[in-house]
Amino acid sequence: MAEVINGETHGHQEESFVSKYIFSYDHKMISKQYLMTAIVTGVTAMILSILFRIQLAWPGESSDFLSLFLGEQWAPGGVLKEDMYLGLVTIHGTLMVFFLLTGGLSGTFSNLLIPLQIGARDMASGFLNMLSYWLFFLSSLIMLVSLFIETGPAMSGWTVYPPLSALPQSISGSGMGMTLWLVSMAIFIASSLLGSLNYIVTVINLRTQGMSMMRLPLTVWAFFITAIIGVLSFPVLLSAALLLLMDRMLGTSFYLSDIIIGGEMLTNHGGSPILYQHLFWFLGHPEVYIVLIPALGLSSEIIATNTRKPIFGYKAMVGSILAIAFLSFIVWAHHMFVTGMNPFLGSVFVFTTLLIAIPSAVKVFNYITTLWKGSIIYTPATLFIIGLVSSFISGGVTGIILADAALDIMVHDTYFVVAHFHVVMGLSAVFGMFAGVYHWFPKMFGRMMNTTLGYIHFWVTLIGAYGVFFPMHFIGIAGAPRRYYDYSVYGDFDVDQYAMIVDLNVIITIFAIIAALGQVVFLYNFFYSIFYGQRATQNPWKANSLEWTTPVEHMHGNWPGELPTVYRWPYDYSNPEHEEDFVPQTVPLKEGETAH
Amino acid sequence: MMVSKLIILVVIVLGAILIAQIMKIQRTLSEITGRKEEEISQKNNRLNANLMLLFMIVLFGGFIYLMQEYGWTGRGSSASKHGHDLDWLLNLNLIIILIVFFLTHFFLLYFSFKYVKKPGVKAYFFPHSSKLEMIWTFIPASALAVIIILGLTIWNDVTSESSAEAIRVELFSKQFDWTARYSGKDNKLGKFDYKLTLDNNQLALMTTNTIDSAIQNMETGPQGIKTLEAKLKDKNFVTSKEEKQKIKDAIDRKSRLVRLLYQMKNRYDSKMDVMAWDDIIQKDTLYLCVNKEYEMTFRSKDVIHSAYFPDFRVQMNTVPGMTTRFKFTPDITTKEFIKKNNKPKDFNFSLMCNKICGGAHYKMKMIVVVLDEKEYNDWMSSKANATFKDKYFAKTN
Ligand code: HEM
Ligand SMILES: [Cu+2]
Ligand SMILES: [Cu+2]
Repeated sequence: MAEVINGETHGHQEESFVSKYIFSYDHKMISKQYLMTAIVTGVTAMILSILFRIQLAWPGESSDFLSLFLGEQWAPGGVLKEDMYLGLVTIHGTLMVFFLLTGGLSGTFSNLLIPLQIGARDMASGFLNMLSYWLFFLSSLIMLVSLFIETGPAMSGWTVYPPLSALPQSISGSGMGMTLWLVSMAIFIASSLLGSLNYIVTVINLRTQGMSMMRLPLTVWAFFITAIIGVLSFPVLLSAALLLLMDRMLGTSFYLSDIIIGGEMLTNHGGSPILYQHLFWFLGHPEVYIVLIPALGLSSEIIATNTRKPIFGYKAMVGSILAIAFLSFIVWAHHMFVTGMNPFLGSVFVFTTLLIAIPSAVKVFNYITTLWKGSIIYTPATLFIIGLVSSFISGGVTGIILADAALDIMVHDTYFVVAHFHVVMGLSAVFGMFAGVYHWFPKMFGRMMNTTLGYIHFWVTLIGAYGVFFPMHFIGIAGAPRRYYDYSVYGDFDVDQYAMIVDLNVIITIFAIIAALGQVVFLYNFFYSIFYGQRATQNPWKANSLEWTTPVEHMHGNWPGELPTVYRWPYDYSNPEHEEDFVPQTVPLKEGETAH
Repeated sequence: MMVSKLIILVVIVLGAILIAQIMKIQRTLSEITGRKEEEISQKNNRLNANLMLLFMIVLFGGFIYLMQEYGWTGRGSSASKHGHDLDWLLNLNLIIILIVFFLTHFFLLYFSFKYVKKPGVKAYFFPHSSKLEMIWTFIPASALAVIIILGLTIWNDVTSESSAEAIRVELFSKQFDWTARYSGKDNKLGKFDYKLTLDNNQLALMTTNTIDSAIQNMETGPQGIKTLEAKLKDKNFVTSKEEKQKIKDAIDRKSRLVRLLYQMKNRYDSKMDVMAWDDIIQKDTLYLCVNKEYEMTFRSKDVIHSAYFPDFRVQMNTVPGMTTRFKFTPDITTKEFIKKNNKPKDFNFSLMCNKICGGAHYKMKMIVVVLDEKEYNDWMSSKANATFKDKYFAKTN
């Protein structure tokens, strides 16, 4: 670190292009790499959703947009093929959940903020960190490539339940496409584990002097707990995927029993498709918190900074994340109430699931109380955080219905579920991620994003998002199943209801297109600002945490000279004992001042 | 539809123009004034605060509009006994969560509006309050206690065993259709085993005859072991190595299956034949009798499907290799339901597949008709000579 002492030089001119931009060990560069990759997967997933939304709104009509993206093979005459509809849905879900919101969200912000906010020079292992990113990159690449192969991508939904996903005879995507899906996910899991272990070790070992656990910003708490959840749950998905791979390639019968497919009588006997679901959801449910908790962490930090108030109930916030993390491991079977499992077992999962509502409610109330008597400054990040709290409420309350096994009988696998998880997990996490990008952009790129475009982006996205997902609740509660290519069956049952579904589907698709266009504003602002944005100052938001004590210009080791020492918690905003409305963590306590 | 596409196009064009204009104005403006991005002007703060209030109106208004237009009655009233309990529970839950939704959103958005930065006013330093935190742990906890207790009571009721006289019907699923099997006079469903599947025994029912013909088919049928072995020896027929391996694999597989079939034959007690012979197999339309309890069992030939009867509030997965069940009692006939709910004349109750099962998943359906007792008995008698036995021997003759 010798060259770092002199803040003037950047100290790493001797680095080659490759070691600086490609195989970098530096957490700040790796964070940017994650963000860029996440943007690519996110945009792809969004385009896929527009493609299948067109089919849902105008079923069977020819669309130039579909021909343009899918060509004659998958959209002959501009009409989407049935199989490919499911392929698009599957890859959309997979990219959004795993690549954008797990790899992308944690990868970007854990990497950027953990070392900077705990006062460390870098991650515990720069090499593993780099490896983790490149495995992530490789797995994204494989997943994206699977869209282009002859037999199409995986088509059995993002949950890839066997036997559908195990038997190539059952749908074209369960051939090569499914193999690629499994390989990609195996690599993804390896990446996620390396990353998570690194985060955990870094938080435990590399906190700077004075940075006790209870002085950590809530962001770091969130990343830390997320990493622990990941380490405990992803290996189970890996084993589920490996067993599935074996059923596919080696003729084992973990998930298969008594099946006749494509006229062929299989000899597999004694396996259970339900076993797969248990294994999958043992990860799958914690996964939604892996997606959500980092977003909640980002929001705690941003809301405090931009209301100029301490986050209300710091300890309760930490406690509720811990409670959510613990409970998230004992609720998985609420996804399986109608699989024919023992009803008593179902009751147990109803109970544990509904318990999660309590810490979640505490978080919401604490956010709202933080706003109370605040001095709110409306940066684009603030807006997105308010959007996050809103969607967390709107999506959270519908979870109460889904958690109630008796009610789940009515709405399981309908659009009500689609609406629920999009709002509570999709929107909240995406809003949190946007807020994070707007807020820490100056730290990442040394420049500012345009505020007005940020406003437009937010309001278009918020209205678009509610316009898409509110009506879905109504379609779902009316009983419309998900993963349907069109709703023509209703013609045989109830033409009135068919009319309602088509009506709402058109509205949803129009809002989806509006929301997607809103993202163009963001992309434009983002890339434009990287090169031409206003230059950032060191602490533009007047925040307390350590990352704002580093120089604007990135350097290895983060701080020139000594690491900073921490004297207080990060939320001394508008503390009456101080003149200024913020007191950075590096400011020693005044005489007679009690630490929080 | 043309109109919608036109609207979309207009939105795109207007949006693009708007963004370009704003960027232009912004750039010139900040060059002139030296304004910094991070310094949010009081005007912008106020603007967004007002928009928060406006958003509250739009959000609540939009929700109430959707409610009125498509309300939670969009699913229609229940056509089964337990469905009424579920609807009651759903309504209760909806009321609770709507109160929470409206209240918390009101506070969130009102505070966002009210507490926008005002020059010279410092925020109130309020890091925690044990009392408040206790209150809002306690309130959701007690609301949840009610929800859990009511929910579990009804869940236990719905999933409990059916009475002995419940009518037994089986739903058999495969890509991409449903077949119903009525248990016939004895109200006992015949046994089955997937290895018995043949063209004339699609549901793989187990009788002395079906076991024998399955063995015979496996050994000497057109794709039987003997035939395959002959093929393997025929030099003209088998050309490539791969093909040879494929045939060998098929022989292996079939030999294993045949062994199992012989075991089955040895263990089988022909007294059980009657259970299967009087079963009635029914495609396309499922007829049910009003006010009769049904014990429905489900099974699948290939992948997981799910039997979803939205009108009866019934949903159960069908899983290859295992049998699942659901009991319910339709309590209104199709005709009365149409009259009572002002449904279109050609309305029918529906059975849809609700677990992704392949390309045509969305077309996998069955029409369900609930008849009154007389109509139902008439229909049953019309089937008296169309039992599994009748059809089986009609075909094999
Ligand atoms: C442009 C915004 C989006 C639109 C219009 C959209 C729309 C949809 C629709 C219509 C489905 C199909 C539902 C079905 O048939 O089952 C779907 C599936 C899904 N979406 Fe989105 N979505 C969007 C954004 C997101 C985001 C941000 C996430 C991140 C959590 C996400 C995650 C998923 C998942 C996990 C599925 C399930 C895929 C499956 O069934 O296998 N989506 N989306
Ligand atoms: Cu879950
Ligand atoms: Cu199906």
